[in-house]
Amino acid sequence: MKKNPSREELLKGIWRDNPVFVQVLGMCPMLAVTNSAINAVAMGMATFFVLVGSSFLVSTFRHLIPKQVRISCFIIIIATFVTIADYTLLALVPGVHKELGAFIPLIVANCLILGRQEAFASRYPTKLAVMDAIGMASGFVLALLSLGSVREILGDGALFGIKLFGENFEPWVIMILPPGGFLTLGVILLFFNWFKSKKDEFLEEVAAAQRSES
Amino acid sequence: MNAPANTGSPGSLRLVSTLAIAGLLSGIAIIGIYESTLPTITLNKARELREAVFKVLPGVSQMQALVHRDGELVVVTSPDKDEPVIYGGHDEQGQFVGYAVPAAGPGFQDTIAILYGYKPSEKLVVGMEVLESRETPGLGDKIYKDAEWVAGFGALSIEPEIFAVKKGTRSQPNEIDAITGATISSKAVVRIINEAHAQWSALLPAPGSEPQFEAAGQAPTESGQ
Amino acid sequence: MDNFLWIFVSALLVNNFVLTYFLGLCPFLGVSNSLETSARLGLATTFVMLVTAVCAWLLNTYILVHAPYLRLICFIVVIASTVQFIEMLIKKLSPALFRAMGIFLPLITTNCAILGLAIFATNRGYGFWQGIVYALGAGIGFTLALVLLAGLREESELSDVPKLIKGTAMNLIIAGILSMAFMGFAGLFSTT
Repeated sequence: MKKNPSREELLKGIWRDNPVFVQVLGMCPMLAVTNSAINAVAMGMATFFVLVGSSFLVSTFRHLIPKQVRISCFIIIIATFVTIADYTLLALVPGVHKELGAFIPLIVANCLILGRQEAFASRYPTKLAVMDAIGMASGFVLALLSLGSVREILGDGALFGIKLFGENFEPWVIMILPPGGFLTLGVILLFFNWFKSKKDEFLEEVAAAQRSES
Repeated sequence: MNAPANTGSPGSLRLVSTLAIAGLLSGIAIIGIYESTLPTITLNKARELREAVFKVLPGVSQMQALVHRDGELVVVTSPDKDEPVIYGGHDEQGQFVGYAVPAAGPGFQDTIAILYGYKPSEKLVVGMEVLESRETPGLGDKIYKDAEWVAGFGALSIEPEIFAVKKGTRSQPNEIDAITGATISSKAVVRIINEAHAQWSALLPAPGSEPQFEAAGQAPTESGQ
Repeated sequence: MDNFLWIFVSALLVNNFVLTYFLGLCPFLGVSNSLETSARLGLATTFVMLVTAVCAWLLNTYILVHAPYLRLICFIVVIASTVQFIEMLIKKLSPALFRAMGIFLPLITTNCAILGLAIFATNRGYGFWQGIVYALGAGIGFTLALVLLAGLREESELSDVPKLIKGTAMNLIIAGILSMAFMGFAGLFSTT
C-alpha cells in the first residue's frame, strides 16, 4: 500500500491512536457530557473546532514562537478558540449550551489539545499538523458519539431523542447518571484491550507460520 | 527532536513581545466574537424569560421587571446584580394579572431553580415552571416532565402554605399530589415556593395597588411609581 | 437554612467533583496507586483550590464585571501565575511543606478541577466566603475520592485479576461503583 504521509496522520487518530480509547486522554469534559448523543456531538464539534484551529495557528507560527514561552502562547491560542466556540454555541443553540453548561470552558483543560500542540503542531508543517488535528479530533468525536449513544440507548431507550423501543422498555437510568459514564468507558476500554490482545496473538501466529515456512 | 526552530536563545524582550502580541490578537478575536454574538444572546435570554413568564401566568401578554426598593415595588429595566427581581404580568389592556416569581433552593441532587406565577387578588399560585435542575433522570426530573404535576399548580391556594400530599389524597385547595417515585423532589419544589412566598408576601403591595404597566424601553411615567 | 453547610456538603459528597462531575480524572486515575501520594496530592489540590477561589472572587468582583468575555483567559493566566508564585514562596519559607506538596503544584495548575471550581463558583454567583467554603468542600471531596480509590487499588494489586481488565478499564469500573455509592448521599438536604 502506498504510504501517503498526510493520510497516515489523518487515519492514525481515528483508530490506532484513538485519543480516548487508546491514549485515554481528555476524559474530564468527555464523560460528563456524554449522557446523550446530541450533547456528545455538540461537545465533539466544539473540541474539533478548537483542536483544528489551534493546530493550524500553532503550526503556522511555529517559527515565530520562542521555545521558552510556547506553552503560554499555546494556552492563549486555545483559550481564544474555546471562548469563540462558547459564545457561538450560546448564540446559535442556547438549549444545547445550557445542557453542556460549564463544561465548554473546560475544553481548555482537555489534555488532548495541549498535548497535540506540544507533540505535533509545534514541530511539523501546517498541512501535516492540520491533518493530524483533524484525525485526532475525529477520533475524539467518534469516541464521544459512541459513548453518548450507548448511554442514551441504555439509559433512556432513545437515540438523538428518538425513542427506539416500545412502551415496555424500562430505562436503565444509571447509565445516564455519572456512574454510567465510568462503567461504559471501562467496558469499552476492556473491549479495546481484548481486540488488541487478539490482534497480537494473530500477528504472532502469522510470524510463527512464516518462520516454519522458511 | 526538531523543536521550534530558534537560533540561539532569544532575549527577554522578544519573549515579552511575543506574549504581548499573542494576548493582543486573542483579545481582539474575543471582543470581536463577543460583540457579534451579544445581540443574539441577549435576545435569546429575553425571549426565554418572556416565554417562561407567559407560561406561568396564563392570560398575560406583557411583562415588566420589578424590584423592591425603599419599601415599595419599583419598575426597572435592568436590575442590579444580586438584587432579587420579580416580574409583573399584564394583559393586553395593561391590566395587572399577577407576579412571576423566580425562586431557588436545594433539591434532591443540586439546586432547583423555578419560576412560579402568583395572583395576589385570589392568593393563588397559577403556574410553575422549572428553569434549572439536575434531578435524577426518570425520577426527579418528573418535576418538569410530569404534565399532571405541573398542571397541579394551575390553581393552588398558597394560604397558609402549600402541602405536597401522597398521590390521590388531595382534599384541600392548598394541597398538591406529590409525584410517585419523586416525593423528595416534589416536596423540594413545594418548599421552594413556600419559602419564596413567605419572603415576598410582606413586600408586595396590597392587591389593587400594584405598579402599573410601563411601555418597555420608554421613560417611566409618573403613575408607574 | 444553613447555606454554608449545604454548599460544603454538596461539594464534598452529593456533587463530588471527581465522582459526579468527572473533574480531575487524570490525576484520579494516574496518581491514585498509593495511599500516601494520593493524600498529598489531595492536600495540594485543596490548597490550590482555596487560592483559586480567592483569585476567582477578586477577578469577578473587580475586573470581569466590566469584561465578562475575558473570563476564561483571565482565570487560566491568573491562576497559573498565582500558583507558581506561591510555589516559589513556599519553597523559600517552608522547605518541609514544599517537599510534601511542592512537586504536585505545577501539575495541578493545569487540572480541570481547578478551572472547574473557578467556573462553577462564578456561575453560581458565590460570594467570597461561599467561594472559600465551596473550595474547601470540593478539595476535601477530591481528596476523599482519590484516597478511596487508592485504597481499593492497593488491595486489587494483590488479587488475581484477569489480565485483560487490569489497568485503566478496571479503575474506571471501580470508580463507577464508587460513584454509585456516592449517589446515596443525594437528597441529604431535602428530606428535612
